[in-house]
Amino acid sequence: MTHTDDDHGHTHDHATPHPTREDDDLEMTPAEAKFLALKEMLIEIGMVTPAEIMQRLEYNSRGTPHYGAKMIVKSWLDPEFKKLALNDGRAAAQALGIEITDAELMVIENTPQTHNLVVCTLCSCYPRWLLGEPPAWYVSKAYRSRAVKEPRQVLKEFGLSFPEEIEVRVHDSNADLRYIVMPMRPEGTEGMSEEELVALIPRDALVGAALPGQPSGTVTL
Amino acid sequence: MQSSSGNRYALGDKVQIVDLMKAGHVRTPAYVRGKYGTIDHDCGNFENPEERAYGRVGRPPIPLYRVRIMQKHIWEDYEGPEGDSLVLEIYDHWLRPA
Repeated sequence: MTHTDDDHGHTHDHATPHPTREDDDLEMTPAEAKFLALKEMLIEIGMVTPAEIMQRLEYNSRGTPHYGAKMIVKSWLDPEFKKLALNDGRAAAQALGIEITDAELMVIENTPQTHNLVVCTLCSCYPRWLLGEPPAWYVSKAYRSRAVKEPRQVLKEFGLSFPEEIEVRVHDSNADLRYIVMPMRPEGTEGMSEEELVALIPRDALVGAALPGQPSGTVTL
Repeated sequence: MQSSSGNRYALGDKVQIVDLMKAGHVRTPAYVRGKYGTIDHDCGNFENPEERAYGRVGRPPIPLYRVRIMQKHIWEDYEGPEGDSLVLEIYDHWLRPA
């Protein structure tokens, strides 16, 4: 049978001919509907092209937690590189051949005295150019509101507990900088290769919600 | 005391985050307005997002600092030790010396 526009029961005169989320069977929220309508209008008046939107989406998914883990491991192994990473995160990423954008990158080091946790309370700032898209829990309102107010409880739900002598320091990524956490190198990893060390670092450790060598907890925020 | 960048606050300076009661795309969350903290980091100068959000230029760039505040000071009912803290980025015009 020939597939024609009539099969859909609607005509294809929109800038985006097919439903954007045709294999997403969840009900569209009002906000999503507004977003799609706005996107189509912007395309129709020529303010942005579908190709530009696609380019940006691809750009956002170029980063990967693997890059972040590589930066951390290189810092564990090379004190000079670590100094660079802590002083100028972008330069350190560039030194590893990672394509950087305008956004600043601040590398925050965990120490025996301080555990760091990153959150963006105002939206969902995340160093996408380095780590890719953030985890769903990171952009959830529950995490964004609770991480600043009850970080120890939130960390507990991720499976992490810290004694009272250790300061839990929350970093609200509320303006122009982006953050990654440099976890401490676990004991007993002295003989490991760079690749083995990279494999120890879970994605969530890069914002302080996990530790190297421990699988991320099951999160129900 | 001036910082090495020439900006008006230096590391360790005590500051208060003022409440400018400014509407719109501001980057100072409500939960820290009026709170006291210390300058933790001079981030350099950035174009003002409160202007850029509305298609205006946002220049000249303004100083941005990371300010550290003790959790017990932010939240009266904070359930955690005295030493826990929070650091966030505040633009110069939202700060005053304390």
